[in-house]
Amino acid sequence: MTNPLTPPKRKDPLLRTHVGHVSPNLRSRAATAMAARAGQGRFVLQVCHDCRRATYPPRDRCPVCWGELDWQDQPRGAVIEAETTVRSSVDLFFRDHLPWRIGSARLDAGPMAIVHLHGDVKQGDRVRMELKLDRGGNPALFALPEKETSHMADDPQLRLFTADPKVRRILVTDGREATGQAVASALLDAGATTVFLGNADPLMRYPGQDRIEAIDGIEPVALNLTDTGSIEKLAAQLGGRVDIVVNTARFTRSGGVGFGGKLSDLQSSLDLEVTGLMRLAQAFAPALSARSDDGVNAAAAFVDVASIHGLTGNAGFAGSSAAAAARLALVASLRGEMAQTGIRVMSVLTGPVDDRWHQSVPPPKVTPTQIARAVVTALQSGQETICADDVAQDVMARWQADPALTIREENK
Amino acid sequence: MAQQQPYDGVVVCAPVTVPYTRYSDKTAHWWAGSALKELSRQTGLGPADFDGFCFSSFSAAPDTVVGMVQHLGLSPRWMDHIPTGGASGVMALRRAARGVQAGDVDLVACVAADTNQIDSFRQTLAGFSRCSQDASYPYGFGGPNATFALITDAFMRDYGVTRDDFAKLCVAQRSNALSNPHALMKKPLTHDAYMAARPIADPVHLFDCVMPCAGAEAFVVTTPEKAQELGLSTARLSATIERHNAFAEDPVQTRGGWARDIDALWSAAGCTPQDVDMVQLYDDYPVIVAMQLADLGLCDKAELSQFIAAHDFTITGSMPLNTNGGQLSAGQAGAAGGFQNVTEGLRQVLHCPLGDQVPDAKRALISGFGLVNYDRGVCTGAAILEQDVLR
Ligand SMILES: [Zn+2]
Repeated sequence: MTNPLTPPKRKDPLLRTHVGHVSPNLRSRAATAMAARAGQGRFVLQVCHDCRRATYPPRDRCPVCWGELDWQDQPRGAVIEAETTVRSSVDLFFRDHLPWRIGSARLDAGPMAIVHLHGDVKQGDRVRMELKLDRGGNPALFALPEKETSHMADDPQLRLFTADPKVRRILVTDGREATGQAVASALLDAGATTVFLGNADPLMRYPGQDRIEAIDGIEPVALNLTDTGSIEKLAAQLGGRVDIVVNTARFTRSGGVGFGGKLSDLQSSLDLEVTGLMRLAQAFAPALSARSDDGVNAAAAFVDVASIHGLTGNAGFAGSSAAAAARLALVASLRGEMAQTGIRVMSVLTGPVDDRWHQSVPPPKVTPTQIARAVVTALQSGQETICADDVAQDVMARWQADPALTIREENK
Repeated sequence: MAQQQPYDGVVVCAPVTVPYTRYSDKTAHWWAGSALKELSRQTGLGPADFDGFCFSSFSAAPDTVVGMVQHLGLSPRWMDHIPTGGASGVMALRRAARGVQAGDVDLVACVAADTNQIDSFRQTLAGFSRCSQDASYPYGFGGPNATFALITDAFMRDYGVTRDDFAKLCVAQRSNALSNPHALMKKPLTHDAYMAARPIADPVHLFDCVMPCAGAEAFVVTTPEKAQELGLSTARLSATIERHNAFAEDPVQTRGGWARDIDALWSAAGCTPQDVDMVQLYDDYPVIVAMQLADLGLCDKAELSQFIAAHDFTITGSMPLNTNGGQLSAGQAGAAGGFQNVTEGLRQVLHCPLGDQVPDAKRALISGFGLVNYDRGVCTGAAILEQDVLR
């Protein structure tokens, strides 16, 4: 069993914050391809076109018959054949986290692999493998107990591969909308210590305000993503007290490009969703990065909730999809930047939200509760990209299989 | 498999060890040049005289043997670059011997040299190989200690070998090192001190690990006529084996490539394990020494523990092992660590040891083991050297 986490003591402001090192990120192109799939929560290995055997470590040709390889989902079982506890390391990050346990695992898929071990796993055990991302965004095989053990997620080694909300302080940008409120509640339910809940217009009441602000752990804050001064003021005020940022702000309006779209809607959308995202990142990325290895509530993640139609465009919601596309591009770049500092950048992708701006869209539509669940799952698993609902999953699957076709389909 | 042709018309001579240092601000080029300078002192030969050059190093980047040839003013008609670290000594020996035997070359300087600058060990580890950068070092960055901890864990369980057995090997090697003036470890090691050492990566403890250092090793492969002309004592090469990536299907490495070819080695050498006067076994970790005692045919793997208990591995013992102290006590100078078994075995059969002489030594078993590309050592080799002419 794992010792349950306790919230950290108040930090001595005079102490030098622990520097968050990221391990060497030299990786082959094949390992980077593995990371891309790990980010989607998949457990994949390369399989040979000809002999069908799975191989690991990542290679560029099959070692059995020299056939071509591609990535396929694999069974997650394994047996730990040997283990060790590393007590000495030349790497600056691991030196701070010793002792570190690893093992030799015989994967059910066939190959042997060196894997990270959960504290409840030992030599001879059957385990459940997960393909995680490390702090630098590289793929990492992690062996978990086959069956859930008590406080399993609190394992100190495992927590370095997740951004679990437990004992963390989280900024949710838009409390005025149902999605932001649902996300805030779900994060507190998942063990977050505090949720700073943004309100772009504190003088105007919003629906659900009394209920959400009465919840223990919610701290309302003034935050307007279209106002650089407002963001900078909040960042200065919260400083090193935010461990995770979740951006739920949206401005969705219907309309096409040549027909029915309003330029003013597009400008509002771009200002809030695109420029707003960049304002938010510029204000909070440095403080998050400085605290990426700062104990149990180290800064861990920047999460952006955006429309899946950023991948494809969408007939009838052209402007909003364009804003989502810009958002995805910014998030991809931010992910690369933050991988250098040990902060995860995550995308929660949604289909049309069941709100007043999507009244004419037929179901299924995503509910705020589903979005909230996806945010919590992404943080708990360390997953980089997650689809919150059936529509998002469907578009993602089709886009991965055939992007050009999916773009045409979504714009018919 | 065809029977190995004998190494007629080939001799090995002029063993050189440039004294190791823990850290060095010099380059691999400087260390290689030091080894050649010492060869020159022993043989009276200069850059124009060697028509063959075989080189091994981890720290000569961006140079290979090509850069080294121009750097050191050689003009060989035969050269080779051996990237196999711990297996490079045996491989250099084999390749040079066949070159000489075929008349492609007359006089080969085989050199391994590595420097050890502050932090160069960490940098070497981080980019050591494609598989290690992708799939082993990121797992705690314990380096070879962690990889061999996994191997040791499996080996101890599978074959009933204990830390007490490893202690006996390490203590004997340390006692051998005490007569070697170049050994980096100069204090005696007791069984109790071995057992009480701090853990590095369980079950690997401090005295199971080598100390990375800078150094160079060299020897000459030539014809008997040339050696006679130069007045050098010589050894013959009785037989060799080499194997890479053997038993890839074994989940954790508990045997090496030697096990696949060992009968061919003894058969080509025309002798048995009982006929060797000493064993110079690659010793990055004692588990690899134990593995080789079995894989090289000296004992049955199931009886390793009893075999270790029954023998005395010191220089005057029943089975002298790593008589210069091995890497565990003399230091691991990168690829030179793969040469020092050859130079020490050669010195013992030529009766010019650095430290104490194995009494009446005539025949040495030498092994190599190299390159943890991912989760195990990939390259293995072994050779038997016999005294030829003492001059
Ligand atoms: Zn194949």
